[in-house]
Amino acid sequence: MSIVFYLLAAITVAGGLAAMLLKNTVHCALALTVAFAGLALLFLNLDAQFAGFAQILIYIGAVAILVVFAILLTRASETPKDGVFSKTWLAGLAVAAAVFAVLGWAVMQSVRVLPHETAVPEVTVQQIGVALVGRYVLPLEIVAVLLTAALIGAVIVAMHEKVGHEKEEGK
Amino acid sequence: MLGEGILKGMAETAKNFFGSYFSAERLTTVEYPEQRIAPYEAARVFPFLVFDGSDWEAGMRCVACQICEKECPPKCIFIEKSKDKKPDALGKQQFYPARFDIDISVCMSCQICVEVCPFEAIKMDTEYELSTDNRFGGLLLDRRQLAKSNQYYHQIHPAEADGVDARLAAEKAKADAKTKITAEAKTAAIAGEGA
Amino acid sequence: MSQTPFFENLDQIFVLLQHWLVSFLPTSWQPAAGVLLSVAAIVCLFPALFALTTVFERKGLARIQNRLGPNRVGPFGIFQPIADAIKSLTKEDIVPLSADAAVHFLAPLLLVITVFMGFAVLPMGRNMVLVDLDAGLLFYFAMGASSELAVFMAGWSSRNKYSLLGAMRAVAQMISYEVPLLLSSVAVVMITGSLSLTKIVEAQNQYTWGLPHWYIFTPWGFAGFVMYAIATTAETNRSPFDLPEGESELVAGYHTEYSGFKFALFFLGEYVAMFSISGLGTTLFLGGWSAPLSFLTWIPSWIWFFSKLMLSIFVFIWMRGTLPRLRQDQLMNFAWKFVLPMCLVNLLVAALWRFMGDGWLRWVFCSAILIAAYAGMGLGEMRRQRLGPRSYRYAE
Repeated sequence: MSIVFYLLAAITVAGGLAAMLLKNTVHCALALTVAFAGLALLFLNLDAQFAGFAQILIYIGAVAILVVFAILLTRASETPKDGVFSKTWLAGLAVAAAVFAVLGWAVMQSVRVLPHETAVPEVTVQQIGVALVGRYVLPLEIVAVLLTAALIGAVIVAMHEKVGHEKEEGK
Repeated sequence: MLGEGILKGMAETAKNFFGSYFSAERLTTVEYPEQRIAPYEAARVFPFLVFDGSDWEAGMRCVACQICEKECPPKCIFIEKSKDKKPDALGKQQFYPARFDIDISVCMSCQICVEVCPFEAIKMDTEYELSTDNRFGGLLLDRRQLAKSNQYYHQIHPAEADGVDARLAAEKAKADAKTKITAEAKTAAIAGEGA
Repeated sequence: MSQTPFFENLDQIFVLLQHWLVSFLPTSWQPAAGVLLSVAAIVCLFPALFALTTVFERKGLARIQNRLGPNRVGPFGIFQPIADAIKSLTKEDIVPLSADAAVHFLAPLLLVITVFMGFAVLPMGRNMVLVDLDAGLLFYFAMGASSELAVFMAGWSSRNKYSLLGAMRAVAQMISYEVPLLLSSVAVVMITGSLSLTKIVEAQNQYTWGLPHWYIFTPWGFAGFVMYAIATTAETNRSPFDLPEGESELVAGYHTEYSGFKFALFFLGEYVAMFSISGLGTTLFLGGWSAPLSFLTWIPSWIWFFSKLMLSIFVFIWMRGTLPRLRQDQLMNFAWKFVLPMCLVNLLVAALWRFMGDGWLRWVFCSAILIAAYAGMGLGEMRRQRLGPRSYRYAE
């Protein structure tokens, strides 16, 4: 529990809080990006190079941009008139507390089960690669099929809109 | 071949790049004002008044006939005739312009004044560096500024000036011949009367 | 290759310089000081190179276009960047009233930071890499992807419709060409077996009959390099893919509301991104710091790296002077319908290359597949677009 960890944790939590509390939706998206960056730095702090850089590449490089595009292409870019807190905050708090309880229990359990290791195992990218196509090949292929389905779905949805527009104009 | 257009384009630009160090055809820039393109024979910018000899007032060919003032489309010429007369190139007494102003901010370089002048007095100049910081008269050229010598005219339009000189010489020769004939006729008449 | 001590020292001169400078400090401070020194060197060198490149670009483009470039400030215009720097520093910094001040301020900052981070993993010479990461290539692409967010932030915070449109187009273009960029690099990673850039260079630093094992001299490497070059030109918004930037010359773009030093930062960011991505291309395909012929290894490695880098920059400038701009939809069509399938075919061919073993057969086979794919897809695209000589109809 070094000072670096506390600093990074503070950044991540601050980013998450800002993503929830800010009024301007695009500011929220950017604060979320800060939270992603904090997570990536936490991974790097644990010497998980692949996970950290993949986090930056995928979350900041793609997901954040996707979130921002989604905000812009819908009406959410206007600042909300009623304020940021929703009316059902009590139920939300209960759900969040439940999720936190489950996650906290899982983390505490794993810490108790694994002994404290003095040396961090060197996980190279090659080992990850070998594991992906060896032991975890089935999840890899399922994820690939899922991504392909999403891609085809996106293309079809975009195509349908064009055909729909043409039909409407034809009338 | 696919992508051949891109390669041909790249070859052309490479030729341009390397050729610009060697041939003038591939580097057509003239670094004004250190270098200037020499004006060509038929270049024209704004009019000027031609004078023969070295005295600009006495040698000015213009006789203030005001044809150019009337023919000028944007009416940029202002002429005031003189009250007295002075002898012209052929010896006849002619008026001369007391004021001859051209407003070059209005002049459109159409050359009509040159075309209609019967006395070969107004010709087109090639001087274009006429910027001034006086906006209330800096672009109104008076007759002193407009008067330029026939040598200068030969410098800027050699072929044209030669043609003009030939024409004027021919006219002078004709006028001289006529005066000689009339003078001979007069002396003959006097001699005839005397006899 | 045995080298004389003089050339070995010349090759390692910057490493030796760093060690010497750092030896003045106490031992506990030495590693950090060494790293700081290298960072300072990078931060000073590449902007200087950027200044030089602006002159080369203007003069090079000018000569291609049959005119002289800037030649008044200093001999042959060499000091023009100083004049430009003074101009951009003394201009008034205008922030629109309704602009989002915080994001408007942070956008050029984020761009410059992410672009400079990429240099940390480039091996600029033998033993001259700032951080030898095991997943170096992944780090580089992570930083590249983050710079797209900066472009979007710039366009959105200006509260200007045209800026936003320009930014959206720029981001769409950068995302579309990110995929061919990564895929063409993946072929290199497959053959080398490592994501570490130093290992990739070392794999290319071998010689057969005097010729190096650079990946560009293999069929899949050549195709990969061409795809990489196309993707690079699109990623850095260079001609012929500079519609987001060209808009700012014509109407507006994502950096229209920036003036003075912030605009200079955007400009700097774009050029330094060009350097960094050319550096990566050199490392992946052109052998990094290795010499082209085995008897030329006495020339220091960093000279080779920077020569190849500047050669790539000159090719960028050459392309800019040659090709007209692509329209946005043409650009996206090109990315998804031609470059991406070619990259996938290239991956297959790279795998075939690896498993066919040494010999002339794999050269013929791989080249044949790549040429067939290129011709097939190219002709198919052209037929679909009905390209050909135009026929004109004049009014009667």
